[in-house]
Amino acid sequence: MRAILGRLAICAAAAVVLALLPFTLSGLNQVLAARVALYFIAILGLNIVTGYTGQISIGHGAFMAIGGYTTAIMSADHHTNLIATLPLSFAIAFGCGVVVGLPASRLSGVYLALATLALAVSIPQLTLKFSHFTGARNGISVDGTVGYLWLYGVSWACAAILFVVAWLVLRGRTGRAFRAVRDSEVAAASSGVSLVLYKTLAFGISAAFAGVAGSLFVLATNGYAQPDEFSIFLSLYILIGAAVAGLGSLWGVMGGAAFVALLPNISQSAPLIRSIPVGGQDIAAGLVVVLVMLLLPTGLAGLLQRMALAASALRRRSGIPTAERG
Amino acid sequence: MSLLSVRNVHLRFGGITALEDVSFDVEEGTTAGLIGPNGAGKTTIFNVITRLYRLDEGDVLVDGSSLLRTPPSRVIRHGVARTFQNVELFPTMTVLENVLVGAHTDSRFERERSARRRATEALELIGIDELASRPAAGLPFGTLKRIELARALVSKPRLLLLDEPAGGLNHREVEELAVLLGRLRDQLKMTVLLVEHHMGLVMKISDHVHVLNFGRMIANGPPQEIQRNPEVIEAYLGGELDESAA
Repeated sequence: MRAILGRLAICAAAAVVLALLPFTLSGLNQVLAARVALYFIAILGLNIVTGYTGQISIGHGAFMAIGGYTTAIMSADHHTNLIATLPLSFAIAFGCGVVVGLPASRLSGVYLALATLALAVSIPQLTLKFSHFTGARNGISVDGTVGYLWLYGVSWACAAILFVVAWLVLRGRTGRAFRAVRDSEVAAASSGVSLVLYKTLAFGISAAFAGVAGSLFVLATNGYAQPDEFSIFLSLYILIGAAVAGLGSLWGVMGGAAFVALLPNISQSAPLIRSIPVGGQDIAAGLVVVLVMLLLPTGLAGLLQRMALAASALRRRSGIPTAERG
Repeated sequence: MSLLSVRNVHLRFGGITALEDVSFDVEEGTTAGLIGPNGAGKTTIFNVITRLYRLDEGDVLVDGSSLLRTPPSRVIRHGVARTFQNVELFPTMTVLENVLVGAHTDSRFERERSARRRATEALELIGIDELASRPAAGLPFGTLKRIELARALVSKPRLLLLDEPAGGLNHREVEELAVLLGRLRDQLKMTVLLVEHHMGLVMKISDHVHVLNFGRMIANGPPQEIQRNPEVIEAYLGGELDESAA
């Protein structure tokens, strides 16, 4: 009970900080903070399929593209309210996720990774084929302009709603079924957990989150949807963000999201990396990933957990070092 | 009618015949032992019943209806739950969460609270309720086997398949297990099919014993009869089929 109250207090504090934060930020930094929110959503979604259910996806950029183009096309061609396109992106990406997840539930490990990689590579190319809808390489722009503060508010509101959705899905029977599938497929099936159903469901939910993130991604990119924005690197950065956050936990996601969103700025201002003419950002990302894997193999979530264990051990003044989780 | 009926089951892996014309019945409310030397096909039969293996010929019936068109995840809905020889738990979950997965097939609308109460009751029945909030990883092997048993029991199965429940248990724990299995049969009216190498346990609690060797059924009958069967003694090389064989 105390643990739940503690978490509620943390959530409330985070909400207050996030509500007050934009008034201290410049317009461009508000956009940057909105990008943190959209990566938060994407990593949260990837965490459901890769962290909880144990299916590696290198293809979530493709679902972001699907969401992004949904928003852009609905707004440009049908003048739909931008906020109204967000649930639509959620639904369409969910459908696509289920369609992909159904065959993907029969694949595992490196084969699944390769199949989702193919998805990430091919979906942006499809926009060139259907240029009438997508504007091909030139892309497609949403109807009207997006204000900085509006973008910040909508992005973080979506992040908050989807965080609650993820928490509700993962806390009980469904979340246990996801983890059961990851830990032992044989035991999960024998306990009545349908592997196909739960793997596909995880993929669908995860894709739906990516879809909303993609919509916000388009809005945060001057309202423009372009195939090059949804390259394979987007998928890789989300996966890297999830690894930095720590898979299988909701609490490290914020750190992973901040890392992915702020990396371009950090690497441009760091003197050593700035001096590299091309690819400095990728080198910085690679360095951080190697460091995280060496120093924090369980990501930020693992670090938080160890800190909590150490704190409770101190509080008990037992003097006995708390055993690390296996 | 028998609760479990295995009829003329054949199973081949490539050129190897794992099960050859295996037939046996387990009557409702009884405890049946399934014994045989290593590699005889005992666990294979469990995997056939729970649909992890697809048999080549024959049929498996539970309460008169065939399981051949049932996917593995729906076998438990026919009232069949099992444990595993080498323990298949969910290591990243707590003990209680492991048992809660066993209650997965409960009505979707059942409250989480009542599922938790039943899982706690299952842990109390097995006598490990004080471990409920511990992570499953890192607990002793004998405890892991008990968690598996609790996970199988929480679904209130009609037929419980136990794959070497005494493996890794010490002498006192085996005694406790025998008492528990007796209670499952006499109080909860559960039907149990037991694969076990601990002959003392099998002979003590089984109503009926089936003997498997090289994928074939070589004998079946009450424990006292099986202990005197020359073919069974032969299969166990040296005929140490008595209480000390454990």
